[in-house]
Amino acid sequence: MRRTCLDAIHRLARADERVVFIGSDLGPGTLDAMREEMPERFFMEGVAEQNVVGTAAGMALEGFVPYVNTIATFLTRRCLEQTALDACLHDAPVRLVANGGGLVYAPLGPTHCAIEDLALMRALPNMTVLAPADANEMARLMPATVDHPGPLYIRLAKGGDRLVTRDEVPAAIGPAVPYGDPGDVCLVTTGVMLQRALEAAEILEADGITAGIVHCPTVKPLDTATLADHARHTRLLVTVEEHVVNGGLGTAVLETLTGGPPLKRLGLPHRFVENYGNQEGLLERLGLTAEGIAGAVRRELAERA
Amino acid sequence: MPSDSPSTAALDERSLYLRRLAMRGILGPNRGHVGATLSLMEMVRVLYDSILRYRPDDPAWPERDRFILSKGHGCLAQYALLAEKGFFSVEALDDAFGLDSFLGGHPERGPIPGVEASTGALGHGLPIGLGMARAARLRGAAWRVFVMAGDGEMDEGSMWEAAMAAGRDGLENLTLLIDYNHIQSYGPVDAVQPLEPLAAKLESFGFAVAEVDGHDVAALESALGGVPFTAGRPSALVAHTIKGRGLPDAENDPTWHHKARFSDEQRAAMLAALGGT
Repeated sequence: MRRTCLDAIHRLARADERVVFIGSDLGPGTLDAMREEMPERFFMEGVAEQNVVGTAAGMALEGFVPYVNTIATFLTRRCLEQTALDACLHDAPVRLVANGGGLVYAPLGPTHCAIEDLALMRALPNMTVLAPADANEMARLMPATVDHPGPLYIRLAKGGDRLVTRDEVPAAIGPAVPYGDPGDVCLVTTGVMLQRALEAAEILEADGITAGIVHCPTVKPLDTATLADHARHTRLLVTVEEHVVNGGLGTAVLETLTGGPPLKRLGLPHRFVENYGNQEGLLERLGLTAEGIAGAVRRELAERA
Repeated sequence: MPSDSPSTAALDERSLYLRRLAMRGILGPNRGHVGATLSLMEMVRVLYDSILRYRPDDPAWPERDRFILSKGHGCLAQYALLAEKGFFSVEALDDAFGLDSFLGGHPERGPIPGVEASTGALGHGLPIGLGMARAARLRGAAWRVFVMAGDGEMDEGSMWEAAMAAGRDGLENLTLLIDYNHIQSYGPVDAVQPLEPLAAKLESFGFAVAEVDGHDVAALESALGGVPFTAGRPSALVAHTIKGRGLPDAENDPTWHHKARFSDEQRAAMLAALGGT
């Protein structure tokens, strides 16, 4: 997904001379093709996120569309004031492209696990927050990021994530994407939790429980109309996110849907990660697998029967 | 005394007049950042009188020079110049900080014609200015970027991140002015967080540096008229100033950094010192 996103930036830059890329000391070779083709619009900065975001805002105020790329935790925690003021207060079209959303960097520990990035970004006025599920969805969404007004946060997954999104679904910033009709339960996902939810729906189906999915590649602004429509036709809403349960997708749904069916939020516990291993292992331990999601749904439905 | 020490000579009538304008924005709401407003007055005076290219009737004129007051708390000096030059009415100063005023306690881009960046949180102006200077270079545009920072503001790491990048990029269309009044909020800079050797630090980061008496109009005109100081390098002008300059009670007194609820005696003394009534 990261490669797809970066290659898309290169393609967008070919088509639109306002597009520039700003990395913060990324790995060697990153976007070499763009650097070679248009060196004047490729910037590799030092390890200086505050300056990187401020500089991007300055360029954006002068009509450029900067795509800023580094690790999600550094892009959300280190320079939060620059993002809040330089980008968001000015409503400047800065695009923050965040590597390793969620537990992608599990072996590197809590400094690198972006478990509250959606909450931080969602809290900022004027910020739009995207978390596509796979490389195809990323590729479909990227063209819309150029002209989108105001700042954008784009959460990237690990890469190699199973391709599940459908090419025939038009990509736009804002709309949620339903997978299946509303059923006994409606699973609301963002990012790579869509893959787990699709599998969970199959597991539940085998148990005689129908499950619809509303996937939210745009976390903010949330597509409350689609969510409300599905909420009206289901017994239980379950949000699923690779993010702490406080402040992310589940909270956003809670804030906007009232009077609907009961809502269960599945996500990461509200604490810094305490294990290493890898993303899959951590997700399994925390119940964010297809089986874990299906089990939580069964328990919720049983409790409420 | 070296020539770049802040002058204590009597202020000329224009400097007194601009101070009286700025004080309308402080005495009206009965509060404001007195010290910084007065220490940087001659710098904004010279910038708007002699250096910056701009059109008050067309604030977004693409070819204008960009001026960012990174130490946003000194905004009343900038407001005084913007009002006097016709970006908005002088009367607006009397309602500064008011509930429905467009003039707040820190500059905001959008509501205030002539303001390029919203500042107030320190350490933001130089990175933003760096991005603008880079944009001008990418476009091959002739306009320039001037960023004014405070000495206390130079404690912010982001300023040095940007300084390093500006030096690397050799952005000769970028000028950093530092209002070196030697007093930050809590007390003397030399006691809270010394900056020396400031000029040498900036030089080592890639700037061409000059020092100047920040209240000497002719010296400021000469220095700022000479940017870039060195081709292919960003410029930094370390301006030695006196915090609260022009108000004997306020000069070099940290308690006048931000002041509110002036007594009648203080108001009278302030106006008298500035040649007003």
